[in-house]
Amino acid sequence: MQTFLRNPHLRRFGISFLVMELVALMTGPPGSTQTPTAGFRGSFFEASSFYGLFRTQRWVVFLALAVVVFAIWSGWLTQGSVIRTTTSKALTYPRAVTQRKPVRWSLLGVALIVALLLPRIVDDAFWHSAMTEQIGVFVLLATGLNVVVGFAGLLDLGYVAFYAIGAYTTAWITGSLPTPAPFHGHFDPFVAIPVAIVIVMVAGILLGAPTLRLRGDYLAIVTLGFGEIVTIFANNLYGITGGSQGSGPIPHPVLHVGPLHYVWSLKPVPYYYLLLVFLVIFLIAFSLLEHSRIGRAWTAIREDEVAAESVGINPLKYKVMAFAIGASTAGFAGVVTASQSNNVFPSSFTLQSSINILVLVIFGGMGSIFGVVVGAIIIQVAYSYLLHTPPQGYQSADLYMYLGALLVLMMIFRPSGLIPSRRRQREMVLSKAGEGHMDEVLTGDTP
Amino acid sequence: MMLDVQEATVRYGAITALHGISFQINEGEIVTLLGANGAGKTTTLRMLSGLHAPSSGAIFFEGADITNVKAHDFSAMGISHVPEGRRIFPQMTVEENLEMGAFKRSSAYHDDMSRMYETFPILKDRRKQLGANLSGGEQQMLAIARALMAQPRLLLLDEPSMGLAPMIVETIFRIIADIRKQGTTVFVVEQNAAQALRLADRGYVMENGRIVFSDTAQNLLHDERVRAVYLGESVES
Repeated sequence: MQTFLRNPHLRRFGISFLVMELVALMTGPPGSTQTPTAGFRGSFFEASSFYGLFRTQRWVVFLALAVVVFAIWSGWLTQGSVIRTTTSKALTYPRAVTQRKPVRWSLLGVALIVALLLPRIVDDAFWHSAMTEQIGVFVLLATGLNVVVGFAGLLDLGYVAFYAIGAYTTAWITGSLPTPAPFHGHFDPFVAIPVAIVIVMVAGILLGAPTLRLRGDYLAIVTLGFGEIVTIFANNLYGITGGSQGSGPIPHPVLHVGPLHYVWSLKPVPYYYLLLVFLVIFLIAFSLLEHSRIGRAWTAIREDEVAAESVGINPLKYKVMAFAIGASTAGFAGVVTASQSNNVFPSSFTLQSSINILVLVIFGGMGSIFGVVVGAIIIQVAYSYLLHTPPQGYQSADLYMYLGALLVLMMIFRPSGLIPSRRRQREMVLSKAGEGHMDEVLTGDTP
Repeated sequence: MMLDVQEATVRYGAITALHGISFQINEGEIVTLLGANGAGKTTTLRMLSGLHAPSSGAIFFEGADITNVKAHDFSAMGISHVPEGRRIFPQMTVEENLEMGAFKRSSAYHDDMSRMYETFPILKDRRKQLGANLSGGEQQMLAIARALMAQPRLLLLDEPSMGLAPMIVETIFRIIADIRKQGTTVFVVEQNAAQALRLADRGYVMENGRIVFSDTAQNLLHDERVRAVYLGESVES
């Protein structure tokens, strides 16, 4: 029996079989308290068709799938190194080409043109609003969080707080909150853009200055707390924020500058263009910043804080700067969301959304602006697609199951993200090997 | 007097690491601090580079009180610290590491960069390589060169020989002597007492957080107590 179990083929098949039957159980009908076994029976002994090839009971279908998984697994083990080198070659080749400047610039140009024409190419009301509310806003948020997490190496679990502050600032400036607007005016959301950006940056400094002395896990906990505090304030300060009822109606922005006249409405496409303009500005600013003196200081702090101090970098100053600059995009995103959706509710700014934004950054590749943008687009498009055409039996909470599985796979096969920044990727490999001082917490540096 | 430490006490919580130590460094000197593990050498250097402020006592640098100056302001003041364990930036190239050394300088520093490549020819060959891919000795040279890029008047070295082959240690110490000739005062903390004393002008000996005695390096090298405790057989050879 022992030797029988040690047989590697058999063990591999056993694992494939168990995993696939688990999938059968997960995708099967839910049970109920009256008939607790209904879920099991439905999962295994229900007639189902295997791609229309044959109709049989579900467990047979998943047995067939287990055989397929087993075959792929065995194939990978024997032919794996060939496949791996081929794929990595296939992946390095485009990179080598895109590194060339003319190629890179023309690719970016094409991407911009596609982005500009997208509302014409995809002529669908659902996708128009998804483009704005789901994709545009979240790409912007991920780009901002990337400055904090990717460039400066600070784990921020309360990023959504800045988004909330941006949105509530808009409501406040336009006179839509119970608390009166400054000077009792009713300003246009355009006025809210600079005001919101300044206020979130100040909030970033106020949060950062006392807390950024902490490192690693401690900082993550404090930012988590900050995110919760902002949501709870929004929920409970009825007199100021309107509590869980949210704000009053927020007006749409109106543009009257010289010959330009435009009035935004509930339609999402004009907001999409507004987002796109600011996204391009932020992207240019952040990529300049990455290679500036400030960017180099961030890299130095991330790689070795003690060494950074010894060459004269004030870690606290640059970390606070990262917090404030990273928050600025969230402030702007807050303005757009607030005025486009016409109101602000505290329920839009939960810990869950903070984590979602962080997932976008990790998926795309921390520290790589391009990677984060592409990663955020991929995840948000997939998410919108699931909303648009949900598979049978799909519930909105299932998304997190898929997202979780995706992250687990990412962490195993591509831990530095979809399109990692080269430096960040090397740092990860090193810190795994125990070299370098990245993300080092209090080892000998501080008693 | 360039650096003057007066009765400095350093505490880590309830533990007192330095019990009111006093010592001086004059301009143009190489001064070494000897001591066994846990004697307080590294704490002294951490205090001198602003990483841990003394709870009492005072530190003067060129007449100015620097007792409570923060670590990141030291390089602009003219004190550079080569930290223990080298601590170069592993994912930056040699060149980028040197550029980081000049972070606080607003003037052009490319002359200094070529001067560093003259002093450390091996770094010139490795210019485009990542810090992590250098050997231990090359990393130590890079750490020293990076510290020198800030144009310090006082260079603090923490265990420059740690983990290096004897031949490399020889080279490093020769370079330290050259650095002094070029006008930089050097304070070096070392476990390798024989090497350090042959290099230095004066030495201080620490035990249990106190400076127990000090003398010229020549005298210390022949001092019975030092020979017994720190040098062992190495002097006889």
